[in-house]
Amino acid sequence: MSGLVKEAGYVHGAAVIQDPTGLHARPAVKLTKSAKRHGAEVEVRAGEAGNWVNAKSPNAVMKLKAGHGEELQFRARGEDAEAAVAQMVALVERDFQE
Amino acid sequence: MTGPGGERVLHGISAADGLVIGGVVVDVPAAPDGVSGANNETARPSFDAALAQAREELATLITGADELAGEILEFQEALLEDDDLLDPVKAAIAEGKTAAEAWSAHLDNEVAIYRSGDDAYLAARAEDLLDLKQRVLRALSGTSLATAEVAPGSILLAQDLTPSRFIEIDWSRVAGAAICGGSKTSHVAILARARGVPLVVGLQGDLSSVASGVQALLDADRGRLVIAPSPETCAGARKRMALHEEEVESAAALLEKPAVTAGGEPVSVQINVDEPSILNDISPDAVDGIGLTRTEFLFHQGRLPDEETQYAAYLRIAQWAGGRPVTIRTLDAGGDKPIAGVTVDGESNPFLGLRGLRLSLVRDKLFRTQLRALARAAAEAPLRVMVPMVTVPEEMERVRDLFDEVLADLGHEGVAHGHPPLGMMVEVPAAALMAEQFMADFYSIGSNDLVQYVTASARDNPALTALADPRNPAVLELIGRTVAAARKRQVDVSLCGDMASDPELVPLLLDSGLRSLSVAPAQVARVKLAVSRYGRPAGQEA
Repeated sequence: MSGLVKEAGYVHGAAVIQDPTGLHARPAVKLTKSAKRHGAEVEVRAGEAGNWVNAKSPNAVMKLKAGHGEELQFRARGEDAEAAVAQMVALVERDFQE
Repeated sequence: MTGPGGERVLHGISAADGLVIGGVVVDVPAAPDGVSGANNETARPSFDAALAQAREELATLITGADELAGEILEFQEALLEDDDLLDPVKAAIAEGKTAAEAWSAHLDNEVAIYRSGDDAYLAARAEDLLDLKQRVLRALSGTSLATAEVAPGSILLAQDLTPSRFIEIDWSRVAGAAICGGSKTSHVAILARARGVPLVVGLQGDLSSVASGVQALLDADRGRLVIAPSPETCAGARKRMALHEEEVESAAALLEKPAVTAGGEPVSVQINVDEPSILNDISPDAVDGIGLTRTEFLFHQGRLPDEETQYAAYLRIAQWAGGRPVTIRTLDAGGDKPIAGVTVDGESNPFLGLRGLRLSLVRDKLFRTQLRALARAAAEAPLRVMVPMVTVPEEMERVRDLFDEVLADLGHEGVAHGHPPLGMMVEVPAAALMAEQFMADFYSIGSNDLVQYVTASARDNPALTALADPRNPAVLELIGRTVAAARKRQVDVSLCGDMASDPELVPLLLDSGLRSLSVAPAQVARVKLAVSRYGRPAGQEA
């Protein structure tokens, strides 16, 4: 589990995708639903080189094309930002199991 | 093409087997220009209403959907709640576009993004966007989706069929479908196979002249639709339908039973895995293991997976198999499977070039990484490692030396690892002729390349279909020799090419002495049925 890091108003966290088929439709939907439960602005990217996108948008998350073994990085700011990032990281770490 | 008695045959590709004789129902899609014009003042409310209606329809569909259908529908439902997707459409409507125009233009744009690049999964998701586009357009135009008035046993004829449209059609009334779009690997094809709905995709020819109500024969086994079939054509089809029905019933009963010939000899039936998601479609109890895992999926989209990634992927596949043997083939790049950064560009004849093991031996670091991951996974599960495209015995010796080095390194590092058997694909004629001389722990015959190399006929050239014949005696001779070499050396031999998945070819393979086949997951039951009939006294029908 990667620790949560706070910088420039953002809370950061990251976890590696375990599913051999990558971030396919069902986990992408679970991820956005989880992000939407928080008031914070939550963003996600696939690896250091990726662009930050809105973690509440299933269309944007799908277009990350995040594959197996890739690191999903999260950042959030605003109310409950820490809880949001912790929940996102935990979701990826338990391979999107409920 | 017009045949006897005014028959007209439209050719396509078989996506899900089956035969239907019935009346045609032509399905007309909603088009943005067909939507009644909404002016600026009413555009927003009607768009919101259409979104609400689409949401309601999807929610109803999801309630009755199974796992596969549910995943497709949930993604679409989530898109209807996606402000990043909807806001630009609302903005375009505010600027004066009609709801239908704005929605179509934006979704088409997104579809183009999904389809650009080489991500096959994302490209397939473009179908979901098009599906959603149609659903909202239908809601905007008030087009009814009901198929309730359709006569039972009808054949649906459509330009294309979206996954959610497929799911809401009452397939107890509609008996099969033929569509111009789609492919064998599209979502609709997968859904049709899973539900046993006969489906022809990629139908060619002019559909505009085909009217609803005309009689037709949907021959999905052969990938064609016969409009106004002659009485002779219908009689022939009815005979095949009766046989087909018996086959399906008999095969289904055998799915989870061990494969045994009529003479009581057991035959191992394993599966080929191209991509781990296929394992969701079959129970491990139906198979004797995985006879071939193609590891190219790990290298898609220019990825070079590290050792941990590969280790995790191999372990996952082995976990599914639950202790049954799992054969994993090292990277088989080159030929028709180029991989950016790994394969060599500009070869004049890639099928006779630096591919398979030849390539792995010059990509030392890449190969060692894969062998390390395999050896580590072999500590946890009964894995077997197989190398492709072996031509001469010296190559096998080089692999063995390299593998020994990798195992020694792991030992020095104190990393847990196994000593998996190291086998070879037999697909180059030189290897098949001299199989006995190769120090392989097992053989697996790759019939696709073997047929292509023995007959010197490219497998993707339709003009050579007749020549690229797996029944060619020279091919069967080489299979027989490989089996004999394995017996002599007392090692396992199996066949993992397309030949093993074809029930009609199974008797020939059993004749050659093979008792282990690795087949496409969807063909397991039919192959077991073919095995059960092997050696049955002539004239005995059941």
